[in-house]
Parts: sequence; C-alpha cells; structure tokens
Amino acid sequence: MKFTQLTDRHVESMLDTIGVGSIDDLFATVPNEHRLDRPLDIPPGLSELGLLANAKALADANHHCDDLVCFMGCGAYDHFIPTLVDHLAMKGEFLTAYTPYQAEASQGSLQAFYEFQTMVCQLTGMDVANASLYEQASAVAEAVLMAKSATRRSSVVMSPSVHPDTRDVMNTYCADLDLDRVRAELKDGVTDLDALRALVSQETAAVVIQSPNFFGCVERVDEIARIAHDVGALLIVSVDPISCGVVKSPGDCGADVAVAEGQCLGIPLGYGGPYLGLLAASEKFLRKMPGRVVGKGKDAQGDDAYCLALQTREQHIRRQNATSNICTNQGLMAMRAAVYLAAMGKQGIRQAASQCLDKAHYAASEITALDGYELRFDQPFFKEFTIKTTRNVEKTLSHCHSQGILAGVPLGRWHDELNDCFVVAVTEKRTRTQIDALVEALASVPK
Amino acid sequence: MTTAATPTMMAKENMSIQPQSPTPLLFEQSVSGASAVALPALDVPPVDRSQMLGAMLAEGDRPLPEVGELDLVRHYTRLAHRCFSIDENFYPLGSCTMKYNPRINERVAAMPGLAALHPYQNDADVQGMLELLFRLRTDLAEIAGLPEVTLQPAAGAHGEMTGLMIINAYHRDRGEVRPKVLAPDTAHGTNPASCTMCGKTYSQVPSLAGGHMDVDALAKMVDEETAALMITNPSTVGLFDSKFSEIAKILHDKGAMLYMDGANMNAMLGVTRPGDFGVDVMHYNTHKTFSTPHGCGGPGAGPVAVAEHLRPYLPKPQVVQHEDGTFAWDYDSPKSIGKVRSFYGQTGVLVRAYAYIRSLGNDGLVDVARKAVLNANYLAVRLKDAYKLPFDGPYAHEFIAVPEFEGVNEVDIAKRLLDSGIHPPTMSWPIAHCLMIEPTETESKATLDRFVDAMLAIADEAKNDPNHLKNAPHNTPIQRMDVVAANRKLDVRWKPTS
Repeated sequence: MKFTQLTDRHVESMLDTIGVGSIDDLFATVPNEHRLDRPLDIPPGLSELGLLANAKALADANHHCDDLVCFMGCGAYDHFIPTLVDHLAMKGEFLTAYTPYQAEASQGSLQAFYEFQTMVCQLTGMDVANASLYEQASAVAEAVLMAKSATRRSSVVMSPSVHPDTRDVMNTYCADLDLDRVRAELKDGVTDLDALRALVSQETAAVVIQSPNFFGCVERVDEIARIAHDVGALLIVSVDPISCGVVKSPGDCGADVAVAEGQCLGIPLGYGGPYLGLLAASEKFLRKMPGRVVGKGKDAQGDDAYCLALQTREQHIRRQNATSNICTNQGLMAMRAAVYLAAMGKQGIRQAASQCLDKAHYAASEITALDGYELRFDQPFFKEFTIKTTRNVEKTLSHCHSQGILAGVPLGRWHDELNDCFVVAVTEKRTRTQIDALVEALASVPK
Repeated sequence: MTTAATPTMMAKENMSIQPQSPTPLLFEQSVSGASAVALPALDVPPVDRSQMLGAMLAEGDRPLPEVGELDLVRHYTRLAHRCFSIDENFYPLGSCTMKYNPRINERVAAMPGLAALHPYQNDADVQGMLELLFRLRTDLAEIAGLPEVTLQPAAGAHGEMTGLMIINAYHRDRGEVRPKVLAPDTAHGTNPASCTMCGKTYSQVPSLAGGHMDVDALAKMVDEETAALMITNPSTVGLFDSKFSEIAKILHDKGAMLYMDGANMNAMLGVTRPGDFGVDVMHYNTHKTFSTPHGCGGPGAGPVAVAEHLRPYLPKPQVVQHEDGTFAWDYDSPKSIGKVRSFYGQTGVLVRAYAYIRSLGNDGLVDVARKAVLNANYLAVRLKDAYKLPFDGPYAHEFIAVPEFEGVNEVDIAKRLLDSGIHPPTMSWPIAHCLMIEPTETESKATLDRFVDAMLAIADEAKNDPNHLKNAPHNTPIQRMDVVAANRKLDVRWKPTS
C-alpha cells in the first residue's frame, strides 16, 4: 500500500518542469559511497487486507483486558471511557492538526486546551496548568527541574512510595545535573513524617510525594506540605486525578505543584502509552512551567481569541535557556482528557470517585475475610490496596489468571520486603459480580 | 472589499473556508444538574467516607462544568470546524513533515488485542505486542543502518535528550569529562535545549553562504572536551550534506560522537542510511517520518538508534527475542542510563508506525523519499521567479524561500495563505525572514499547483496591494491575533465571575 498520489505521467511532467531526467538526479548530492545499493531488509509492502491480517495475528496473540477482568493498577487503570471521547477527540480535524502555532488556523484546538487547562485546575485545586507533558514520570522530573530553578536550591527529597518508574526516570534525568537526591523513609506504607522533618533542610528545593501512593495509601499531603514549607521547600505531589472527586485535592492541601498521570481520564490502557502528563501549579510559578500554555486574548477586531502564550520560555525561541526541551507533547491525549472531564462533569467525577472508593473497600473487606489474605498497611486508601498473602504470590495471580482475572500487580520486583504482597485496583467499571469472582478465585488458590 | 488581488486570488477566497461561528466556553454553557454520562447504580454497600479518609476527605465537589450530551457533541464539532488539519488543508510546514495520516493505522491501533493491554501483564500474555515492538525495533535499526534501537523516548526532543544521556554515560564509563556539545547555527531549538537538560554547554558552528555547515570551523572547535556534534541531515535548509564522512572523522579523531537529528529522515528512507555515513546516534520522529498523527501537538514518539559501542547504555528495558522464539523485556543491563519514561514508551504511537512500515514495505519506503524530494524540487522551480531561493538545489524534501517585497514580511505572506485554506510554511527560521516549505510525498500535483497559484497571487498582491496583505487573514475564524497583548495580560484559565 502506498499513500503517494503522483501518477507516472505527473512525475514525467514535473521532472520536465524541474529540468532533470530522473528522480535519481535530484539525489546527486548524496555521495555514491553513502548510497544504499540494495533494497532495505524489510518485507515488501502489504495491502490493506494484508496489513489487517498481519495486525490481527499479532493482536490475537495477546490476552487483553476486554476479555480478562482487570484488577491491575499501579499507574495504569481500566476506567470507564465514555463513547463521546473516541467520537469527539479523535475527529480528523484534531487528529491530523499540527501544534497550534498559527492561532488564526487553530482556534478550535486552542480553545479546547484553554478549557483543558481550566478543568485541570478545577480538578486539582491549583491556580494554573499547562497544556500537557508526556506522562507522570517525566512530568515529575520536569516539576523537580522547575523547583530547582524557582528555589535556586539543589536537593530533592523523594518518598519511596512514589511510583518506581517515576523514581527511575527522576534518577535518569538527574544523572547529568547538579541535583542531590535524598530518599525519604517509609512507615507502614506511607511517608514517615518524623523522619521527613529530619531530612529536609534549607538546601531542599522540593519534597516529592505521590498520593494515593504506589501501594494505594493516601498520604497526609497537608502535613507534608507544612514540613516542606517550614524549610522553604516546595511540595510536588503526584496525584490520581479521579481521586480528587472524594479525596482532598493538592490545592486544598497547600501543594505548590501538582503532577498527575492523566491516563485515567479517558485514555485506553494501551500497554503503557501514549498517556498524559498533567502539571498544575501556584500562579507564581506560571513563567517557570515547562510545556505549552494557551492564553486568551483578542484578535485585531477585538474579538475573543486564543493563542499559545509565554512562548519565550520555550525551546524554539529561548533555545539553551528554555524552561525545558519539550516540543511535541500530548495534544491529542489532552483533547481526550478534556472531552472526558467535560462529559463526566461535576457529578460524573464525584460518582466515579465514590464508586472507586466504595468498590475498592468492598473488595478489600471480602478478600481479607478469606483465610491467608490481609491488608498489608493500616492506612486510608482510595481505589487500590496492598494485600499480603501467606500463599505464593506468583501462583495466586496465575491461578486467578486461569479464571480470566488479572488479580493485581506483584510488588516483589520493586520491593524485596514486599515479595508476599500484590496491589489490587478496583475502578468504578468493576461490578460486584466481577469482584465476587475475584474473591472466589483467591479463595480457591491451591495451598 | 477593497482589494486589487488577481482574479485567481478572488476565486480562491470565494472557495475558501468561511469563518466559523465561535462556541462559548464549556463553563459558560454549564447548567447545574446537567450531565453527559450516567454510571450504573452502585451495586456494593457504600462506605463511611469520613471514617475511611479522615482528614483527607474532600469537602464538596470539584467545580467542573455540567453540560448535556448533545450540547457537548455540538461544542467539540464546532471547535473542530475552527481548526486547520491535514484532512482538510495542505500543510507545507517545513521540518514538520505533515504527511497524510493513513486511517488504517488508527484501525490497527484500536484493535482490543493491541489497545486493551495492561503494561504489567506478564510477557507470556502479550507475545503479539512484544513481537510487534521487536519487529519495529529491527526495522528502525535497518532503516538507520545502526545495530540497536530503543523505542522508549516519548518524542523527538525526548529522543535527543536520551541520545545525549547515552553519549554522556559512554564517556563517563571511559573516565572522560566532556562538557561541550556543538550544533550548526541552523539547528532545531530542541538541540540546545536538550543540551541544557543534560548539563552540557552548547556552542554554535557557523554556516557557509551556500547553506552548509562550515566544516573548517568545526575542525577548529572540536577538542577533547567535546561530547558530540548534533546535526540534522538533510539540513534544515533542505540540503544533503555530502561531507558527512569528513565531519564524522573530525569528531571521531577527538573521541566525540556524531549525533544526527532525524527530523528529516523522510528524504533518505531506503536511499542512504545514517549509520553508513558515520553517525553514532540518531533519533526518529515517528510523527514526521512514519505518519503517526500530530494530534494538535502530540503524542509523538522518538526512537533512538545507536552504534554498537553505545548499545550497553540504552534505556531499559529492551524488547528481545529468546532463542526459543519467544519475546520478552530484558532488564539485565547494568550500564543502562535507566528509564526516560514510565512503562515502555508511547506504545500506541509505535503500533501506528509499525502499521505504516508494514503497509509501505521496502519498496514503498524508498518511494516516499523519492516523491518527497520530487515534490519539493518541483515547488522550488515553480516559485523561484517570484521568491528568492537563497541556496542552490537540488533540494532534499524541503527548501527555503525568502519573500523580498517592499513593506511585506514573511508573516504577512503566511497569514494570507490561510485565506486560501493553506497552512503556512514554517517561518523566520533557520534564517531571517524565510519560509521553509516541505510539501511531503503524499500531495497530488493538483494540490502543489494550487499552492503555487496562491503563492504567485500573493506575490502579485505584495506588489500591488500590500495593505490587504498586511491585514490578512480575512477569511479565518478570527482576524490576526494580538499575541503581544495576550502575553502582557495573561489569561490562562477561565474563572467564575463573582
């Protein structure tokens, strides 16, 4: 299948116009010794039907979450996606448009992103938000660089309850920069506040936490904000956006920067991407934010209009002095999240959050009523919780899989001391019947 | 309308898009109690929230808008009408490669067997996905002429940063301290910005009058403190650099690496390969070269290809095939720079790139490069009498044109093109007052000719009625945006009027 439209006759006439005999002549400046003298070692092209067969064979070789019942979480969740999201956000006009640099040709996407920024603020309780970053992990890294620049300090304290990928990405970003990383302590599944008080200092640019954290526990974000602010450090909190429907928002807790994985806002599991990094902050950090920001203003006739604002922070203008190198980010994913938030609205987010809370607690109480399963941590949780089992974790999960259930994510890979634990996520999409089936599967694991 | 535009131009305006009426902000349409979604009734016992969440219980609802389903459909449909897109408009945006985004790629990416996978499912559960990623990795290595590829970076700039981190790790492993990175003065802005993200100082290598980088100047600048040269090929002015072997030798003699920004790979698919002319590291932009949609600014993907000596430093995990034919994630990579993104990358974007490469195959890929170069050279020849072409061809996939009219600048030309339903070329970069024109391979001759007609009509107008040009656009949903005022008095979110 080719997607070019020129016929041989067109090619001939265009070559005539140019005044060369062949297309090869147009590559005259590529030295002969650098030319590939054979076809690429890639199979010949497929027809549309051929490609569909090829892709279907690959797709059929996977066990997917429309067939299995998914209780896996840890940063990627099987939430309900309203039909409108696919129909509106994926319209060709949005799908195939470029970054809205040309305001006059991009009012639709610009307005949608202005609305997106507003809804991210409404959800997180923060003053300002950007128009997206790649995903949670690199968004946290960008937030830390922003805190470093805003405070002119060079140390960051991060809780071990933050998602391991986020901690890894943070370490990668910091490897070549002058930034000390300090590991906070854990106490019963949450950040140890007393230990944290002792760790922060006048050198601390930011304290980084996640709430609900990697183990599902809700952190005392308000207390941690006070500890950070007492030494003049910023609090960066990575949050589950849907949790804000029932758990106190970062803004209400005094956070300086809120970061989030926006996947749960209308984006498919997609085997880990593309996802959506959200970044919102107090107003005073607006000019330090990475990424694109849409602003509202007027056109030459005085009518309301939108454009990319603060471009002088960005790489195409400021080059090596830019707030970040980010260029292409997650426009279409932000569009999906915008449609999702608009469709769910005030009531929908409240309902989704409440149902997550109720169903997760129902599942937890049913599971822990079984022999050999208990909650690992005695902490408040939202839609995810850590189960400790006396049985072999791998065999337990594999038994549930044989019943068509993805029962959770085992923790041993990241935390040796938790190799008898797995994390169960229960979204509003799970039904009582599915939760009961999970409980039955766990009950029937061979001892 | 007071215009002295040519009859062609007038006809264009009559055919062009009409201003679309604005739609109020969602928040202005919000009605208390309205909703577009109803969840099923709760089927488990509710919990006591204040007991469960204590001090962390939210007080009240989030102040999100409340809009009914049909109004929401109309809202986003109207917004869609107020956007230029490849689906509706020619988009000759230099360096951005705005080619057609085949819909078959969307169909493949939406297959539940590829879309509804959790990233922590066991490798045994996702053998088809791992095979797809492994095949893509292999294909991208072959196209680059380099042995190894990571699929993890999230976009081109992210790939640049990853590539520089790999180079850093390599030099650090050898006990070398190399704080400097060089790039030609025509480099993408992401190049110097990525240097800063990696703790490097950045210096510009000057260009010669003909548009190529000054290789003699480079030779004087490269020393034992130089980590790499970042260079785009074909260059951002649309020229293949025939001195790549020489450039590579200058760098390698001093232990520095040659980094190629792969933004312009569209011009060389299957014709020539970076690995064959001395490149050590390069990134792809799948949303340019491999037709994955730009989506109003992402998601992209920025796979990075490296030479053999840099293999140990690639991000982890890497997708591999075992001897028994099964596929897996390999985390056993002690010298790896670590992760640059959560999970494995922009997987759904990579699926689309895979579908595109399978559709085209080796014959189709080389056809892309040939037609992209043909289209660019055709436009250049058609425009050369009306616009100054500062560099001599033949051009690669794009070329630079400079409007030289009294009192009219490149922005005026760009805005006037919008009136013809054509998205403007890239402007004012990499040289002052220029237009950077990249038609891509997917456009028909009729579209190219329509673009030429519009550009020639604008050139006439620039001479005969410059005021009409200065006030363009006339047929877009808004008049020219006052960007300066919007930045002076920042309004980046809606707030309720109290």
